[in-house]
Amino acid sequence: MRKFIIKRLLLSVVILFFVALIIYALMRCLPTSYIESIARQKSMQPGSKTFDEWMQQLSATYGMDKGIIAGFFSWLGKALTGNFGDSWFYTEPVLQVFNRTVWLSFIMGGIAFIFEIIIAIPLGIIAATKQYSKTDYTVSVIALAGISLPTFFFAALLKLLFSVKLGWFELFGLVGRNHQQLSSFGQFLDKAHHLVLPIVTLVVISIGGLMRYTRTNMLEVLNADYIRTARAKGVSEHKVIYKHAFRNTLIPLVTIIGGSLPGLFSGALITETLYSIPGIGYTSYNAMVGGDIPFSMFYLTFIAVLTLIGNLIADILYAVVDPRVRIS
Amino acid sequence: MEDEKIIAPVESAEPNEAAQPVEAAEPEKVITPAEEPLVPVQYDPQYILMVNGLKKHFPIKGGMFSKTVGYVKAVDGVTFNLKRGTTMGLVGESGCGKTTTGRVILRLSGEKTAGQVLFNGQEVYDLSPKEMRPLRTKMQIIFQDPFSSLSPRLPVGEIIGEAVREHNLVSKEDFNDYIDQVMDNCGLQPFHKDRYPHEFSGGQRQRICIARALALNPEFVVCDEPVSALDVSIQAQIINLLADLQDKYKLTYLFISHDLSVVEHISDTVGVMYLGNLVEYGSTEDIFRNPLHPYTKALFSAIPVPDPTVKMKRIVLEGSIPSPANPPSGCKFHTRCEHCTQRCKEEVPQQREIEPGHYVVCHLYDQ
Repeated sequence: MRKFIIKRLLLSVVILFFVALIIYALMRCLPTSYIESIARQKSMQPGSKTFDEWMQQLSATYGMDKGIIAGFFSWLGKALTGNFGDSWFYTEPVLQVFNRTVWLSFIMGGIAFIFEIIIAIPLGIIAATKQYSKTDYTVSVIALAGISLPTFFFAALLKLLFSVKLGWFELFGLVGRNHQQLSSFGQFLDKAHHLVLPIVTLVVISIGGLMRYTRTNMLEVLNADYIRTARAKGVSEHKVIYKHAFRNTLIPLVTIIGGSLPGLFSGALITETLYSIPGIGYTSYNAMVGGDIPFSMFYLTFIAVLTLIGNLIADILYAVVDPRVRIS
Repeated sequence: MEDEKIIAPVESAEPNEAAQPVEAAEPEKVITPAEEPLVPVQYDPQYILMVNGLKKHFPIKGGMFSKTVGYVKAVDGVTFNLKRGTTMGLVGESGCGKTTTGRVILRLSGEKTAGQVLFNGQEVYDLSPKEMRPLRTKMQIIFQDPFSSLSPRLPVGEIIGEAVREHNLVSKEDFNDYIDQVMDNCGLQPFHKDRYPHEFSGGQRQRICIARALALNPEFVVCDEPVSALDVSIQAQIINLLADLQDKYKLTYLFISHDLSVVEHISDTVGVMYLGNLVEYGSTEDIFRNPLHPYTKALFSAIPVPDPTVKMKRIVLEGSIPSPANPPSGCKFHTRCEHCTQRCKEEVPQQREIEPGHYVVCHLYDQ
């Protein structure tokens, strides 16, 4: 097991190197260049240097005068020492921006994730045990609608209904106008109130997939011979489903749930942007649009790390929950 | 028309004759299988199991809104009685409904379509799910595939002991000893309890399946091809184990198999199935020495004789087994029968007792 983990970690480092290289190359090739827009602004000012001169000067300042490969290695060299530089867009250290925004995303994602699990898994089980019944069809249609709905469209619908028509929630933002005047508990309630719609959006969009996954795996297990054995034993139907069937469904479920845990830190770029929630997703969206290479590099590499950790966790969990799998 | 004739093997078949000549004239297809007339059997205490006109049809869904477009008639009128402490072999080619018959008798395949299953005089399908559970301990099943019929997430001790605990068959203090005892009877060691099924070989897994079934102290066990997934050397061990356990616990077996030599070895009576029907049924001696139905003759002519000087006279059946969703009219075997007459194509033959305890469903023996 330890050998397996070490091997996987070493492999991850190699993968990460190439992923980072590709991200860096892509960022450098983006048509929106932060330096260009600054240079254009500066050159517009009366009596200023020309655009080309500004470009030269700024490129040197920001370290963009090197080629892609050389630039990447100088970024990598600093990154390895934990120095990710300053964000161009936010004009403060990248890690500081990250630390300021990630926890909000994590809390939002965590709450949505818990709701997702407690809604999707029971629904999946019910749909599977009552296969081809009206309940099954209803649940499946709702789940499919959840999967198919684009986030921006669904968020717009929610806003129209609950903010514009009913006026229950604010259209966007994390805090209300009078946030500063509230007591600390009032401030907490204010934030929670603002997070309701984003979390509802996240949950509805994500339960479909997990529910379908649970249903499919549960169905596969329910048709297995050992379920017939359990029924032949005269065990109660409840035990047949939860002890014999669900336990075997847990293997794939725990794997994907465990694997998606690191993803909680990556934020929800679209949802956060739609509701203007200042989490890591919205922040990095702004950074990317503004051509902020240091911050985008950090964020995208961070997501790559999370994905690799997620896969590793999934593989390890597989061995933990399934007695047949022993990684050697 | 599939009117079922009941066999009351103690008496002659005559009384039943009177009950049904009128029905034969009724138009076909109008009556659904469940509504077809069925003369109920009377419980006879010498039989642990009485199966009468049992049918199980599986709907075929098709079209836009999953309408039922037809039925697979997996079991289409099976009638037999099983004496306490004996073994009945059920043979037939693949897809003839042997396995479904076994499962339907144990109510493991949803609801039946028609017919009666009397276990110790109790109609199995009349019980509520709650009343059914205690009865499950009395009737057990050993499945064909020991690799898929054991839950991979439960240790062997739990697989065997779960239902024992669930039904409170033994007290808590005796539980461990009891499980050890059952495992020992089936040739398993006590330390196997904490292992998972994947750590065992096929033969050992089948022993676990047998131990699991017998832990409940059943009276009747359906053995659904219990040895067909095993090596020949292991087959003999398992068959002998089953026979020993039968002597010890006075068990009744319904032994489903396509291996005729195994069936001959273990069975007291044999039923031959073809396309959902029991075409012939009688004592092993009668069936093997004097097969009557043309299908049985063809089937038994395929038993290899371990003597190279004996020239085998094999009856080779033409064509393949027809679809159980659309079975031939009249006698279902007429498409492949060498003695087929016009009558066979039109009229469904009834079960007749040719010699005491030897029943056959064939027009050839109507005279």
